[in-house]
Amino acid sequence: MTASVQALTAEKPSSSLYIIGVLSIVSTICGIIIVFAYTSTALPIARNLAIITNEAVSQVVPGGQQNTIFAIQPGGEIKPVTGVGGSDPKLFAVYDGAGKLLGVAIEAAGSGYADLVSVMYAYSPERQAIIGFKLIDAKETPGLGDKIGTDPNFLANFNELEAKPANPGLAHPIQTVKHATKANPWEIDGISGATVSSNAVGRIINESAQKMVPLIERNLDQIRKGAS
Amino acid sequence: MSTAHQHQPSPPASPPEAAGPPASETFLNGLWKENPVFVQVLGTCPTMAITNSVRNALAMSVAVIFVLVCSNALVSLVRKTTPKEVRIAVFILIIATFVTVVDYAVKAVSIPIYQAMGPFIALIVVNCIILARAEAFAYKNGVFRSILDGFGMGFGFSIALLFMGSIREILGAGTLLGYPLFGANYQPWVIFLLPSGGFFTFAFWLLIFAWWRERKDKRAKATRPEAGQLEAAPQ
Repeated sequence: MTASVQALTAEKPSSSLYIIGVLSIVSTICGIIIVFAYTSTALPIARNLAIITNEAVSQVVPGGQQNTIFAIQPGGEIKPVTGVGGSDPKLFAVYDGAGKLLGVAIEAAGSGYADLVSVMYAYSPERQAIIGFKLIDAKETPGLGDKIGTDPNFLANFNELEAKPANPGLAHPIQTVKHATKANPWEIDGISGATVSSNAVGRIINESAQKMVPLIERNLDQIRKGAS
Repeated sequence: MSTAHQHQPSPPASPPEAAGPPASETFLNGLWKENPVFVQVLGTCPTMAITNSVRNALAMSVAVIFVLVCSNALVSLVRKTTPKEVRIAVFILIIATFVTVVDYAVKAVSIPIYQAMGPFIALIVVNCIILARAEAFAYKNGVFRSILDGFGMGFGFSIALLFMGSIREILGAGTLLGYPLFGANYQPWVIFLLPSGGFFTFAFWLLIFAWWRERKDKRAKATRPEAGQLEAAPQ
């Protein structure tokens, strides 16, 4: 204690070399701790991410027996990959026991009322429609905006939401309309009291589907074949 | 909000090691008498943001206790070799290291908890309770006492988060730790889950603590008969 009080009150400043030395040593110790933490948690983190993604995929495309993950390359081609890691956007193709394609799950995100809204939705090339939706992460207002993840009437929109591919994009843009005014199969019946959040879901899915649906149609043969 | 905390006055300096208060007092100070949230009013940003459910409050408490204890220990270990010119840089480096470790660990334990805590794990770096304890206590005290102080302040922070979190979850969602308490007919007061409800709850607890301290001071005065008699004597 006396030593540290003397050190604190000493007039003489420490030499630059000493300061650099201390900072280097402390940085090295901190670096070693971080590297150790990273290497020992990398595996469990990858496993957790895979579990979360698999659960979401099986919810948006129910009844699947096997999955193949495709990473989308910058040129628009797709390539089968083994894990959910990596920064390329991904398609999750779901097949039944006989290897028939049931649907393709797609991740999308955009700004909602409060923060980023991340969703997963499924596209069926056979029905040319969106056939499933799940809210992955959102910080929308509790009791109002957060209904986009729970309101059964709202979620029923995604049992069959038309997404016909055209060149380019979709034949009709997907959009959210005011509650109880839905007239077309490509419209989402909104939630009154959660207008901004339900509109955000429509916008996020539309922006993503405009790109992804034509891309899936272009690569459909490869997706149907699966990883083989 | 978090960075603004750094402009707040430092907490009362703890007694020097040489004066030798019992070790238990170092630990207990943080729990109640110098509670970092309700008495020192530090770290209010995570307190407001994370306490809309008890589960989040618990996760945040564990994270902060870990960072506080480890950073206090390491700061105390290097205190004699650290020149005072760069001590804050060294503190922040050490704190940021343990926050990074916690960030990985929470992700490895549970992704939903990680998502619920949002940016507030990374923001533990600027939680002024931790920097304040490094500067006011660990830089001046031995490793054992610094660890004790870390646990004390960490548990004090946890108590505050749990007090806040349970009120907000019970009133705002009608549940405790996710289990429904009131049956299907209960209409939750959603405002308690929103930031404004956080401020209401915080004000309520500050009021309770202020009232309790005032009452204790009055009692202490009343039980000091000599002082009272001396004042009363001339009349």
